[in-house]
Amino acid sequence: MDDDKARIARQFIEMIPHSRALNMRVDEIGAGLAVISMPYDERLVGDPQSGVIHGGAVSALLDTCGGAAVMSHPDAPAGTATIDLRIDYMRAASPGQRITARAQCYHVTRSVAFVRATATDEDRENPVATAAGAFTVERGAGGKQ
Amino acid sequence: MTRKAPEPVQVIKQRRDAALSALVHGVPYINFLGIEFERRGDELTAILPFDDKLIGNPMLPALHGGATAAFLEVTAIIGLSWSLVWEDMESGALDPLALTPETLPRLPKTIDFTVDYLRSGLPRDAYARARVNRSGRRYASVHVEAWQDNRARLFAQATGHFLMPTRNG
Repeated sequence: MDDDKARIARQFIEMIPHSRALNMRVDEIGAGLAVISMPYDERLVGDPQSGVIHGGAVSALLDTCGGAAVMSHPDAPAGTATIDLRIDYMRAASPGQRITARAQCYHVTRSVAFVRATATDEDRENPVATAAGAFTVERGAGGKQ
Repeated sequence: MTRKAPEPVQVIKQRRDAALSALVHGVPYINFLGIEFERRGDELTAILPFDDKLIGNPMLPALHGGATAAFLEVTAIIGLSWSLVWEDMESGALDPLALTPETLPRLPKTIDFTVDYLRSGLPRDAYARARVNRSGRRYASVHVEAWQDNRARLFAQATGHFLMPTRNG
């Protein structure tokens, strides 16, 4: 059952046009935990002088990963949408490196799923950004917005 | 004492539009998302023209929450940066016609950014405006509102804090 849920969540995420445009890859998913990464891409640069990826692209990765964590949680149905997402930027991601987000859906109520997430580059010890978000728990047709 | 004659309107407009264009089009990610800015005096409106690659839920369909967050963050950064460029441009400290990607002022850095998703983003153009609530020497606080068909029906809003770029001189 849980494997099935993870498989559906993975398929759904890999079908999302915006995630595809950013070349996101689902590395791990299941039981409320998701790991999604995206390669360095010159089209996503936010500071042309340093070549650092724009914070907005990191936000998109963290939002996708947060939604994926919710979708894979055993107590949540397949569908979810972001209610709010706060992102703290600790440092610039190193140009040329892959960015990996890890999100955990740590609590689910009848209506709300709570998520914490971290984004790192190849230096796993020093996060690039952390996020905290609330997501809807959709009791009906599935899908992540 | 005689007052200096005002500059011809097209000279002023050309200077301001050149500065805005250099600021916006120098950032690859803004071009990737297709965001443009319209200017009325110093007021900016950001426009995110709809594109299939912005979709987050193909079933509804709805804009991706990440694309919405990125749109709001771009609007906040450009809005804040524009307020700094505007001062320097009007005082003559900065010559916008000489701006290149290498000589552009450094952009503010995001410290934190909180997005409120109020309703689902429809598959059509979106608009946003930023308001700089506080702009200090080191930190700034910026609020952004985004809407689609109706200005009064926001589909998302956000507040962010930014680290100001170190200024020359």
